[in-house]
Amino acid sequence: MKIKADTSVCIGAGMCALTAPEVFDQSEEDGTVVLLQESPPEDLEEASRRAVTLCPSGALSLE
Amino acid sequence: MSHLSLPITRQRPLDPPDEVSGLRQQGAMHRMTFADGHLGWLVTGYAAARAVLAHPHFSNRPDRLHPLVPNRMELAKRGKTPVPRGFFLRMDPPGHTRYRKLLTGQFTVRRMKMLEPRIAEIADACLDEMEAAGGPLDLVESFALPIPSLVICELLGVPYEDRAQFQADSEILLNLETEAEKALAAMGRISAYLYELIQRKREEPADDLLSGLVEGGELDDEELTGVAFLLLVAGHETTANMLGLGTYALLINPDQLAAMRDDPSVAENGVEELLRYLTIIHLGPLRSALEDVEIEGKLIKAGETVAVHLPVANRDPERFPDGDRLDVARPAGGHLTFGHGIHQCLGQQLARAEMRIAFPALLRRLPGLRLAVSPEEVPMRSDMSIYGVHRLPVTW
Repeated sequence: MKIKADTSVCIGAGMCALTAPEVFDQSEEDGTVVLLQESPPEDLEEASRRAVTLCPSGALSLE
Repeated sequence: MSHLSLPITRQRPLDPPDEVSGLRQQGAMHRMTFADGHLGWLVTGYAAARAVLAHPHFSNRPDRLHPLVPNRMELAKRGKTPVPRGFFLRMDPPGHTRYRKLLTGQFTVRRMKMLEPRIAEIADACLDEMEAAGGPLDLVESFALPIPSLVICELLGVPYEDRAQFQADSEILLNLETEAEKALAAMGRISAYLYELIQRKREEPADDLLSGLVEGGELDDEELTGVAFLLLVAGHETTANMLGLGTYALLINPDQLAAMRDDPSVAENGVEELLRYLTIIHLGPLRSALEDVEIEGKLIKAGETVAVHLPVANRDPERFPDGDRLDVARPAGGHLTFGHGIHQCLGQQLARAEMRIAFPALLRRLPGLRLAVSPEEVPMRSDMSIYGVHRLPVTW
């Protein structure tokens, strides 16, 4: 699994950082998504997928 | 051919109107007449609601939206509903984007976690006062309102002593019966108060969000006033109603209350379930199509207004099986109570932090908590744009 994050459309709602904190963080400056790992290990895949689905702005996608 | 207009009377206080829930059997999208006669749409399905709210071809600008209830029609008839500058919730990109990006850094999951000890202190202080006063008392006045009110005041840098006036004005604004003139006057008073506060922040900056925005220099005073307005009103009315109505829901579902109180691992998800089950945003949100858009096989034409019925969408059996039941253990994530798309609630992580602390604190400190009146006597906020309880008489 490979995750892509587009900070230009991110609205900083924080759903990703809440759902999979090992994979996603938020920037200190503007709250937009910071990808901590592009290819999360298997045990984090489900949470990562959920985070991508929950993202309200469409900033996250799977490759 | 006559079309449906929005049913708003509930048969049971915690369930959306049966007429709206019943529409689900006919699909997710329904033609509906708005208060000014406009023929638009009502969305009752979860997937369709998400699709509308996330779609870039839908606008949230009030001058494009047709009113759902008659009092807003009065405002709309004035040509355009006045939107103060900085009121970014009612803007489309790119105007919206500029404000949102300036603020998102202030409401991150991490920042809100840092506020948790202070929220816990505030909740404890409310409970101390309640215990000292003894029951019966109104839980809204003693607990549900003061916690989010004090938290948002401290975060923004609004003096809590000034709350009486802006709380009264915010009640006027959210009351569906309020005439346009009175709503505009209340709006004017809150704006004047905040404009003056911004001037003071400029002269004497403090360690708070408004001072930070003033010093940042990106926004002029009028824009700062609009932003402050939005954050102050949104910060009060939402969590306060969730705490009041949520406690009511738990008190009439004692097994759910016990689970929230006794199992700390349940509380976090229980808050999501209360958000889903209660969906206090009971009218709207509205969006207007900027271009023709197809949603679930229905063509929404440019200019048509769509009302998304969040309480019914949040109980869509395809997404939340047995959704009419409150079950604090169910996976409730993904509910639409904070909205979806670019306008999804900016303060949602603050609201979560407040509720995750306040509900267990209340239930553990006062294990004998119960209604001091019969459930039917609790006055519901059917007359307000945000649902909840007007008062919650409790004792213990």
